[in-house]
Amino acid sequence: MGIYLDNSATTYVDSRVRKEMEPFFSKDYGNPSSFHDMGLAAKNAIEDSRKKVAGILNASPKEIIFTGSGTESINLAIKGVYRANRSRGNHIITTRTEHHAVLDSCRYLEENEGAKITYLDVDRDGIINLDNLEKSITKDTILISIIYANNEIGTIQPIAEIGKIAKKHSIVFHTDACQAGCSQDLNVKNLGVDLLTLNGSKIYGPKGTGMLFIKSGTKIHPIIHGGGQEFGLRSGTENVPGIVGFAKALETCQLSKEEENKRLTELRDKLISGIQGSVPKTILNGHPTKRLPNNVNISFLDIEGEAILLHLNREGIYASTGSACSSESLEPSYVITSLGLPHEVAHGSIRFSLGRQNTENDIDHVLMVMPGIVKKLRMISPVRVNEDELRR
Amino acid sequence: MGGDVQTGENEWFYSEEVKEHFFSPKNIFTSEEEAKNYTADGEGMVGSPACGDVMRMWIKVDPKTDRIRECKWRTFGCASALASTSMLSVMVTENGGIKIVDALRLKPGDIIKRLGGLPARKIHCSVLGDKALRAAINDYFKKSGQFSRVLHAEGKIIDPEVNVSDEDIEHAVLEGARTIEDLQKRLKVGIHNKDVLPKVKELIAYYRKKHFGE
Ligand SMILES: Cc1ncc(COP(=O)(O)O)c(C=O)c1O
Ligand code: FES
Repeated sequence: MGIYLDNSATTYVDSRVRKEMEPFFSKDYGNPSSFHDMGLAAKNAIEDSRKKVAGILNASPKEIIFTGSGTESINLAIKGVYRANRSRGNHIITTRTEHHAVLDSCRYLEENEGAKITYLDVDRDGIINLDNLEKSITKDTILISIIYANNEIGTIQPIAEIGKIAKKHSIVFHTDACQAGCSQDLNVKNLGVDLLTLNGSKIYGPKGTGMLFIKSGTKIHPIIHGGGQEFGLRSGTENVPGIVGFAKALETCQLSKEEENKRLTELRDKLISGIQGSVPKTILNGHPTKRLPNNVNISFLDIEGEAILLHLNREGIYASTGSACSSESLEPSYVITSLGLPHEVAHGSIRFSLGRQNTENDIDHVLMVMPGIVKKLRMISPVRVNEDELRR
Repeated sequence: MGGDVQTGENEWFYSEEVKEHFFSPKNIFTSEEEAKNYTADGEGMVGSPACGDVMRMWIKVDPKTDRIRECKWRTFGCASALASTSMLSVMVTENGGIKIVDALRLKPGDIIKRLGGLPARKIHCSVLGDKALRAAINDYFKKSGQFSRVLHAEGKIIDPEVNVSDEDIEHAVLEGARTIEDLQKRLKVGIHNKDVLPKVKELIAYYRKKHFGE
């Protein structure tokens, strides 16, 4: 068995979640729209799930829309709000470090529907500047979309403060909370968000499931048209087991949040200080403390990430990299270059994302093999990056 | 580079040969001291770390036989880049060493063939190897006073960042590149240095017309 440290890519499905989903495959398999007991059983399951999720978000059940992925929720939030508010303006504010689902939805609107997009810069730790945000608001601004916690570097944005600014200027505010579902506060009233995206595949739930919170009164158009399910905002027969699984996963995560955050933070910090103590020339990417309890992102200078991954893989350790060599586009991670770090630093970045299944033994094992791998690759590298120029 | 040397577009995992050279690279320095004290007859370096890969090669040449006796290297890049350089270093030193004339005829496709293929999106990783080797041989010609043998840049350099010439682009088109994306998979041209893209596009169109009448 390997050591899976790629939980930000996706998590395993919790057995309690699987158990909750089980009846809806072949026993209570009715269509929630059908007018009979089988349909009603399915419909009740969805409505119970909706209430469960609403409770966690401190929202009302009619504000919860189930979708087919984080990507779909984000597309609905951005395109849906843009189209419904187009008569008021055409300006969207987001950041340079969003997930592709946000960046590409914005780019689509820019290229095809006349949108103007402001991409906020982030500082060396990956955090936006609130003054810059406020200054970039114009009379045409209709939407702010800012990622809650970054999927690569784990940096957490000050969502509640952004929420206050959005409210002050009466601008709709969406946050992509896909990476925040297990560890962060999801109370939409505390956060001051109008829309919030979550997905199942990062919270020990089923893949291909998602949710969008839409505050009542928010003007939004559907992007999928048809049978009118999900209050007309997401047509298509509901994925009943998926919805039930998503809700159970979110509940399970949030119930053990405090305890699990504490445990993961300790493991995270042990891994960070362990690597920095035993491997020379490394850089921690992302904020040292305002970061997800499960995220470690470190650049190993002078060497390339895909080569490191292959060595780790041979040791049974599964992680990921922001190196250009492992991306289709042959471009290094835009998240890491957005921090003001040069390409060669992004090339050597490795993300270890921890999860429920990881133990202190796993961390010890990584710490045992890491120095040897780095040493080996450095011995055959012709590059010597000047580390001092990269210090904060 | 025929169809036999590249695996499918979605193929990611490496051949046994690639893994062998990646995990146990040949002809490398085993300590910093060894690298520092190494006296080569010729040395070459190509690429830039910002672009993703850098290769540096050192050779020793037997002047009597005009064969490469030793070849050491250092590479910054992915597993394909490391394995390609390692394989190249074996190819030029095996069987008593390669004759310089033959070394100059080596092509990236020869390395890929010996590696049992590379995934399609990794073909470009093998290109820098033979450039580094040429640079090292050229350096040897200069250092040993064989000025008549010094190679002049083949063709015209289009992207100095990655040392790609118009002739390299012609070769890539002959090997099947049809678009700028195809070309970048092989040559990395214009990835960092975007200013050269218009010129590169023009050359692709020109060579497609010249060779394929397209
Ligand atoms: C921050 C963030 N947003 C959006 C997504 C997209 O979610 P999904 O894969 O469910 O479409 C992901 C996960 O890939 C993510 O990490
Ligand atoms: S060196 Fe970057 S993909 Fe091979």
